[in-house]
Amino acid sequence: MSEATTHHDDHHDHPKGLWRWVVTTNHKDIGTLYLLFSLVMFLIGGAMALVIRAELFAPGLQLVNPDFFNQMTTMHALVMIFGAVMPAFVGLANWMVPLMIGAPDMALPRMNNWSFWILPFAFTILLSTLFMPTGAPASGWTLYPPLSLQGGNSFAFVIFAIHLMGISSIMGAINIVATILNMRAPGMTLLRMPLFIWTWLITAFLLIAVMPVLAGAVTMLLTDRFFGTSFFNAAGGGDPVLYQHIFWFFGHPEVYIMILPAFGIVSEIIPTFSRKRLFGYTSMVYATASIAFLSFIVWAHHMFTVGMPLGAMLFFMYATMVIAVPTGVKIFNWIATMWRGSMTFETPMLFALGFVVMFTIGGLSGVMLAIVPADFQYHDSYFVVAHFHYVLVTGSVFAIMAGVYYWLPKWTGHMYDERLGKIHFWWSTVWVNVLFFPQHYLGLAGMPRRIPDYAVQFTEFNMISSIGGFMFGFGQLLFCYIIWKCARGGEPASARVWEGSRGLEWTVPSPAPHHTFDTPPVVDDSVAVHKDELT
Amino acid sequence: MKRTNELIVGLAVMAVIIVITWGLFAVGENMPRGVTPFSQDVYQLHNTVLGIVTVIGVLVFTAMFTSIYLHRKSRGHEAAKFTHSTKAEIVWTAIPILILVVMAVPATRVLIDMEQTGGAEMNIKVTGYQWLWKYDYIEDGVSFYSALERQSNAARQIGSGINPREVENYLLEVDRRLVVPVNTRIRFLLTADDVIHSWWVPELGWKRDAIPGMVNEAWTYIMEEGVYRGQCAELCGKDHGFMPIVVEAVSREAYDAWVAEQRGEMAAAAHDSARLWTREELMDHGANIYQAQCAACHQADGSGLEPAFPALAGNDITTGTLEDYLKLVLDGRDGTAMAGFRDRLRPQDIAAALTYTRNAWGNETGDTVQPSAVAEFDQG
Amino acid sequence: MAQGSYYVPATAKWPIVGSVGLFIMMIGAANWLNGNPIGPWLTLIGSVVVIFMTFGWFAEVIRESEGGLYSSAVDTSFRQGMIWFIFSEVMFFAAFFGALFYARMFAVPWLGGEGTGAMTNELLWPGFEAHWPTHGPAELGGDFQTIPAFDLPLLNTLILLTSGVTITLAHWALKRGQRTALVLWMWSTIALGLLFLSIQFYEYVHAYRDLGLTLGSGIYGSTFFMLTGFHGLHVILGTIMLIVITLRCMFGHFTAKNHFGFEAVAWYWHFVDVVWLGLFIFVYVI
Ligand code: HEA
Ligand code: HEA
Ligand code: HEC
Ligand code: CUA
Ligand SMILES: [Cu+2]
Repeated sequence: MSEATTHHDDHHDHPKGLWRWVVTTNHKDIGTLYLLFSLVMFLIGGAMALVIRAELFAPGLQLVNPDFFNQMTTMHALVMIFGAVMPAFVGLANWMVPLMIGAPDMALPRMNNWSFWILPFAFTILLSTLFMPTGAPASGWTLYPPLSLQGGNSFAFVIFAIHLMGISSIMGAINIVATILNMRAPGMTLLRMPLFIWTWLITAFLLIAVMPVLAGAVTMLLTDRFFGTSFFNAAGGGDPVLYQHIFWFFGHPEVYIMILPAFGIVSEIIPTFSRKRLFGYTSMVYATASIAFLSFIVWAHHMFTVGMPLGAMLFFMYATMVIAVPTGVKIFNWIATMWRGSMTFETPMLFALGFVVMFTIGGLSGVMLAIVPADFQYHDSYFVVAHFHYVLVTGSVFAIMAGVYYWLPKWTGHMYDERLGKIHFWWSTVWVNVLFFPQHYLGLAGMPRRIPDYAVQFTEFNMISSIGGFMFGFGQLLFCYIIWKCARGGEPASARVWEGSRGLEWTVPSPAPHHTFDTPPVVDDSVAVHKDELT
Repeated sequence: MKRTNELIVGLAVMAVIIVITWGLFAVGENMPRGVTPFSQDVYQLHNTVLGIVTVIGVLVFTAMFTSIYLHRKSRGHEAAKFTHSTKAEIVWTAIPILILVVMAVPATRVLIDMEQTGGAEMNIKVTGYQWLWKYDYIEDGVSFYSALERQSNAARQIGSGINPREVENYLLEVDRRLVVPVNTRIRFLLTADDVIHSWWVPELGWKRDAIPGMVNEAWTYIMEEGVYRGQCAELCGKDHGFMPIVVEAVSREAYDAWVAEQRGEMAAAAHDSARLWTREELMDHGANIYQAQCAACHQADGSGLEPAFPALAGNDITTGTLEDYLKLVLDGRDGTAMAGFRDRLRPQDIAAALTYTRNAWGNETGDTVQPSAVAEFDQG
Repeated sequence: MAQGSYYVPATAKWPIVGSVGLFIMMIGAANWLNGNPIGPWLTLIGSVVVIFMTFGWFAEVIRESEGGLYSSAVDTSFRQGMIWFIFSEVMFFAAFFGALFYARMFAVPWLGGEGTGAMTNELLWPGFEAHWPTHGPAELGGDFQTIPAFDLPLLNTLILLTSGVTITLAHWALKRGQRTALVLWMWSTIALGLLFLSIQFYEYVHAYRDLGLTLGSGIYGSTFFMLTGFHGLHVILGTIMLIVITLRCMFGHFTAKNHFGFEAVAWYWHFVDVVWLGLFIFVYVI
């Protein structure tokens, strides 16, 4: 913990214009950069999703050829996961972690800049593959060999782009861990930290643990393709399934990387708008930690059909099911927080409530997927697609939007347009369900995923889903407009912003000044957000 | 007063949610029940689990919406002060554990049953290729390829002008079906030649990956005669969406008759690889082989999909020396999707395909390739 | 508890240099692999930029550190950063060790017909018997021999372990303010590192030339060279770091109490050491 004041080496240069953003070390600037980058990626990834949905609107190939369709599926997922959701959470962490723990800035400000500035280059490489003669990668975001090894010239570019994203994520995560462990204001003990901080601390740990594993996996792909190794080639004593094990050892924790910070955001918002402290703070912390721990031992639930020994399947099934318990604790604690509160329903709260309902739907279908014999049917069908979009879109993305509405006044100093915010929420919620709910039926009826064309009995639900997709997608332009409008002006926001809000970030003025907490605040239980021993 | 209030609201919300959920699943298609003992076990299991999670969902959402309705500021509700309750937390940790155990028990039972692959009465080796299936009946000695049927294949081309709705079993029909007897314990031995595929017929109750270099086992026991359709379920490249599976389950007698017929055809084929073919025969057969084996990549009119898949019309190798062409087609080209066809096709098929491609779409070598020439080349 | 203030630089121009460098380097490498003649040049340019950036960046940090701008809180942040960085490196190696264990415990036995692999062996790889080392049922890369553990690898183990001792002695010397001893111990550590690398290099040449053991020798060659290769790269990096730190010691940097840069490199060196022990046991001995 640092009780010290900060020395901002500000006197000599004050870069202006674009350059200022390139060389900034300020956590708020960098947070803004991350968030804007993520929004752009969301639009690009979403546009790709719309290509997918347009092609699937009716049976028969209409718009794109199958290879391009596979490129869209692959790029859509890579862009959304590594470009939209993860950077959005890192952006929120950059903005909010120092404000919430009373730190002057991130622990390693220079490296913070680097973490961000690698990303635009990494995605330039990734997206440029779309324009290469053999096209972008088309083997799914999971890049399973041997298929991925058939990728044309773009293959090496994709691998290196993933390496860059990995470097960026690891540095970002190291920074967050160091900040949380080292930069807390006096009195901000671990068990006084807001839940968003806790979830990010654990997420950052997951990132540091698994991003290198992904790097290792794709490096083996690279050497198998170019240097004659046979990690994934049975003829040489390897096994294509080995890749899947390594990939999912990364991949499963990765999905929790995309949901734990969302839990954190929701755990901030629900108490604020219920005007009641978070129920069961300590058990929330333990639940998060248990989820993170379990996430390391469930990876093979993505591989139930590869032909594993029986014992392994049983183990991975049970371990996966157990995750429902700590996650359930979270859901119940949120409801208990609302229970007998004094609720109001501003846009952040609406998105948080939408999150609770629709994430639960996605989580429950996750438990169904964990049942091995049933997964023999569900696997690689649209049922899985429905599952993960419920947890990712109405889970992670909704939580990010909730967080953006919640903190936007703090960032810009203006209130966003509440009426438009509410319209955005209801529009999104209605259409996102039209988009993804029918996909459950498609999967159960036997429609495989990653296909550009389908048998005619799947037509109706695909049409409904595509309509939902377009409506949901265009609704997001409203989101962009609301942010733009709020940044331009609007009703001034007070420091506290929300009547029920607690925590250090609400003690500084809105917009938060460029430098905050140069002299650390002293934290006690009255400021601490969630101390549950208090009544 | 307050208690009854909560009860009424809760019940109302629950009723609404139940009606909505029920309605959604009533209009939606649920999973096929299938025609094997296991597909039916899985169906039961699916419904049990779906039922349980639906009830959980309803309870959770009821509690939440009740609170949302009652505990609003606009209704003048004041916030309570409690922040935890160890008792409640123990309850909502313990109950989910119990529910999970209830789901895990039948799941474990069904899984253990499914994994007993012994006691097979017949074995079928299934090999996935980009993008067709090969079936080898190990005991009966029958073997053949099974690819997307012609009409679907024509209709699925971009801008084909054919309405898929007018094609029977669009994308779910093959040129040669997998014929199997009912009431027989059949073991499948699944593998692949190039990339990973996955063999999935929903009515049989499972899918299993076909992995190059490895063999997976799975089994079935079909109880009803009928035609059951499925698809490749693991992304395997460009035409992953176009490698259907059709299983035709017939009576034992019909199956035996079918095997006899296949044997007859195979004997004829063996004879064919030794005899001399006419040019017409080669061109005819070649067109068929080309459409089934090569057109997926090099396109029906030989125009290819540059740059990934070279055009064969006007191609140097296609129209070059026979040795180079034969070598390429027999061995394939390492590290590309161009696989070797030595083990995939019979000499007469290769001879026909070569004859055809050397004389179609403006390729005018004018020569014919005899099956014996292929066999000779292969021997050295 | 921290004294003084937490230093936050106003701007940082090195990161963008580094990003551009990495960008060029990666594009170059990818082009190189695709056989594009511009590839090697771009890779070279990119690497030069990255190296330039590293030196520039570190020089700036060293200047600030020596200029007394850093508080003990900053020091703690650096320590945290280094610890978690090393943890990430451990996980990177874990992926390759995982591949090795999987191949030895599952893939190869299955191919040889054990456990669930009975039909795999019978139908696809008849006659293949599971053994280790192996280049797989298709005998990729031709016949090869392995490098016996209790020969040069053992010597290398002793060399690295000794270097772990010498760097600790250097650390003690630094803490006691014995600068000459410090520098001497550091140079001996570097010498040991270089010796290790030379032996490793000799071994590689020997493997390729005389033993027929290459990257292409099936799963054995793959795991052997990737694990020892990445380890070797880390030793090279570690040695460069040692040299830099030693030069700094010679310029009189660091104090008996305050020498995080030194410690970071020492940690890194120990990490490289421990990885080698794992390698020695699982790659060479067992
Ligand atoms: C944010 C991302 C996210 C999250 C949080 C989850 C959460 C879960 N996921 Fe999901 N999953 C994905 C993203 C995510 N998943 C993705 C992207 C894929 C596909 C990857 C690909 O193939 O491309 C996938 C695929 C996937 C599979 C593989 C399917 C297949 O390919 O065959 C499985 C199988 O077990 C699974 C299970 C689960 C489970 C059990 C949870 C649990 O964590 C859910 C826990 C939550 C609840 C259960 C709800 C709340 C709890 C209660 C109300 C308590 C009471 C409940 C009970 C007692 C049941 N997921
Ligand atoms: C966080 C991750 C995330 C997010 C947010 C989304 C969001 C969406 N996803 Fe996706 N998706 C994945 C992660 C995600 N997805 C993953 C991991 C896969 C698996 C890939 C694989 O199989 O390998 C997948 C696969 C996947 C499929 C299956 C493809 C297949 O199997 O072939 C489909 C099909 O409907 C789909 C649809 C959508 C849609 C309609 C949205 C919508 O929510 C998107 C809404 C947003 C917009 C539409 C943007 C709005 C902008 C505009 C309309 C304007 C455009 C303007 C400009 C570009 C300037 N996704
Ligand atoms: C799975 C896809 C696929 C199938 C099926 C396929 N090919 Fe190919 N073929 C390719 C690819 C890819 C190449 C290019 C290889 C390269 O990049 O060098 C190729 C190359 C060729 C070439 C060399 C062209 C050149 O200019 O280099 C010939 C000739 C050829 N194929 C003939 C055939 C014939 C005949 C068949 C059927 C019996 C067939 N191919 C089936 C994918 C396929
Ligand atoms: Cu074969 Cu997908
Ligand atoms: Cu998972």
